[in-house]
Amino acid sequence: MTLLGTLALWLALLVGVWGALAGFVGGLNGRADLAHSARHAVFAMCGALLVAVVSLEWALFQHDFNVEYVAAYTSRNLPIFYTWSALYAGQKGSLLFWATVLSVFGSLALVLTPRHHRELLPYVAGVVSLAAAFFVSVMLFGHANPFQRLPYTPLDGNGLNPQLQNPGMVFHPPMLYLGYISITIPFAFAIAALLSRRLDTDWLVAIRKWTLLSWLFLSIGICLGMWWAYVELGWGGYWAWDPVENASLLPWLTMTAFLHSVMIQEKRGMLKKWNLALIIGSWLLSIFGTFITRSGVISSVHSFTQSSVGYFFLAFLIVAGTASFALYTSRLPLLAAEARLESMVSREASFLFNNLLFIGIAFSVLWGTLFPILSELVQGTKVTVGPPFFNQVNIPLGLALLALTGIGPLIAWRRASIPNLQRQFAVPGTVGVFTALILLVAGMRDFYALMAMALGGFVAGTVVQEFARGARARHRQYGEGYALALGRLLARNRRRYGGYIVHTGIVILFVAFAGMAFKTETEASLRPGESASIKSPYGWTYRLTHLGISQYDALNRQVTAATLEVTRDGKRLGVLTPEKRQHVDGLGRPTFQPSSEVGIRSDLREDLYVVLGGVVNGTEQAVFRFTINPLVWWVWYGGMIIALGGLIVMWPGGSPAAKRSQAGYAVRLVGEDR
Amino acid sequence: MNAGTKFAVGAVLIVGSVGYLMASGVKQTGQYFLTPTELTQKIAVDPSFYEVGMKVGARVVPGTVSRDVATQTLRFQVTDGSARYPVVFHGLPPDTFTDSVEVVVEGRLKRDGVIYATNVLAKCGSRYEAVPKA
Repeated sequence: MTLLGTLALWLALLVGVWGALAGFVGGLNGRADLAHSARHAVFAMCGALLVAVVSLEWALFQHDFNVEYVAAYTSRNLPIFYTWSALYAGQKGSLLFWATVLSVFGSLALVLTPRHHRELLPYVAGVVSLAAAFFVSVMLFGHANPFQRLPYTPLDGNGLNPQLQNPGMVFHPPMLYLGYISITIPFAFAIAALLSRRLDTDWLVAIRKWTLLSWLFLSIGICLGMWWAYVELGWGGYWAWDPVENASLLPWLTMTAFLHSVMIQEKRGMLKKWNLALIIGSWLLSIFGTFITRSGVISSVHSFTQSSVGYFFLAFLIVAGTASFALYTSRLPLLAAEARLESMVSREASFLFNNLLFIGIAFSVLWGTLFPILSELVQGTKVTVGPPFFNQVNIPLGLALLALTGIGPLIAWRRASIPNLQRQFAVPGTVGVFTALILLVAGMRDFYALMAMALGGFVAGTVVQEFARGARARHRQYGEGYALALGRLLARNRRRYGGYIVHTGIVILFVAFAGMAFKTETEASLRPGESASIKSPYGWTYRLTHLGISQYDALNRQVTAATLEVTRDGKRLGVLTPEKRQHVDGLGRPTFQPSSEVGIRSDLREDLYVVLGGVVNGTEQAVFRFTINPLVWWVWYGGMIIALGGLIVMWPGGSPAAKRSQAGYAVRLVGEDR
Repeated sequence: MNAGTKFAVGAVLIVGSVGYLMASGVKQTGQYFLTPTELTQKIAVDPSFYEVGMKVGARVVPGTVSRDVATQTLRFQVTDGSARYPVVFHGLPPDTFTDSVEVVVEGRLKRDGVIYATNVLAKCGSRYEAVPKA
């Protein structure tokens, strides 16, 4: 099967190179035969790569440890679930995964794009073929062929790193990859629009769903990553501003900026240059992310093994960046705006500021991530910045952005009048102020946390107001009951109201982030029967009593578990059993370093998070770290609501009748504004 | 002032505050990231560098790790091949911390020549890769 896999890779490379040539030449010279051939090259590549994936999965399931990749990431006692996901557990496999998904997305884009955009498609096929061929060539020429065989056959494999043996880790990497990869499709369309000089707003409409899709995947991937880090890594938080996390945040920020600014181009014909730059930039950032995670140029606790693969990505990044930039600048004269900004108090202006803030945040994150390299280049010594830097810079910027999340939807397009502003801001503004007052009275004194929650109240107020007004308008116009009116409102204006749901999720996330300002932590060394206590920010006292240590063997690991009884203000809440695990291979020999399994007791207000640090040799005395993390569950809820909102916005369909009613509603709103 | 100019003023304000936040952030939170050899040189040139927060990236010297679980004290030595420093850390080291692993030690060098760490990060070859078999 590995021979088949390698052959499939070579075939994919050949058709990929052909697809790129045929696509670009066919597009530029208007040769329909070549354009057709490029399209088929993408399909063929997709087929070949799927064969390669099946070959690798087959080798994994057969425990063919003569294949280096199989021996490196799986073992006989690895649960089947993780054997399957070992496809993307290592660098080589994830390259294959990447190329394959890209060719699948590329094929879908070619098939699903409506016929009137067909002028763009040869170039799209060309860009997709080129990018996928690059990934395949890294595998074939960068010593990263997942089908590489060993000169001998080990009896058993290394097994999967225990930290990756977590359900979150099965879904987190592919979601993130899907996000990264799907940005290639909008990028391909952007390049196609530039090459074909079809720079009206049409192509943007053609890729709207793709940009949303990649944004959605990135959002879900990032949230799953936070969840995994929280439950698996045991350091007590979900976001550490590690370079790898930052790398995933960067394209998310620029994509989010794009999803907003594209509305201005659709409505007003402005910001064409900016939008193209955002798409190209997002794609380059996704490749950049791959580069920094694979090359080891930035020290991170996350990185893959340092390897030459990083330099392939650096070269690709430089070539692709230069080529896109040259093409972009040569087409600038064609990208003049069709309208001007009329007033500072308009939705356009608020979106522009929102974009500046997104880019400002992205820039500071990029700067902080690269700072060790930059400072070494300039000063000769490495200076690093850590979480304090990112928090210090991004908390104020994030709060400003949160404020705009509320302001933007309330301000009219073009130019807002004073009565319009009064009417729109009265209720949400009051909600925000009251939120702040209530929290002050309740004793909250952290400035940023107060601001986050007050602004959260304001934004939530805007969302509720928008839903209420829309539902009332439908109730009056069509006589629908309020529940039905609300449902139809959402169903018929998915983009707008789905967007508000995303905003709700963002508010919840900010409130949850603010909760972490009140995190408390303590460490204790306890003998059986002894207990430690920790005070929660709500004023409760948790008392944790160490009941003893138990040791046992499970499927592929030896477990040392501590049992702790938890009480809160004297009331028994139950037991927590944080563990230390030593994974073993089929012969009972230890593999990997021991890993921690955190004990977590959650409710909506706070998490009690217990890590077993270690056990004093030969005794049952153990060291624990107890952490109280307020409002953590709201991070996961916020993430789910964001995903739900994104799905609503993306949901296909919308009949002509629905479009008419949407138009009718819009007219009414403008009428009301006078 | 027309809207374009006003917007430009707003944009300059935003860009300016981003720049200011970044510059002050680097100034207030930036830490030197040194190898033990660089630390020795730095101290020789500038003795005031004692007691300054910094990070040292190095490898744990095999056989020097002593853990006292009861007092949660971890002692070890780090080296980059030439210079060598003892480190004292109170708290729980990460799971990946073992003998001879690459670490980033965050803390201060005191005049007794010991690095008092506030944080220890351990880097396994990669957490995605298995430990190479000896």
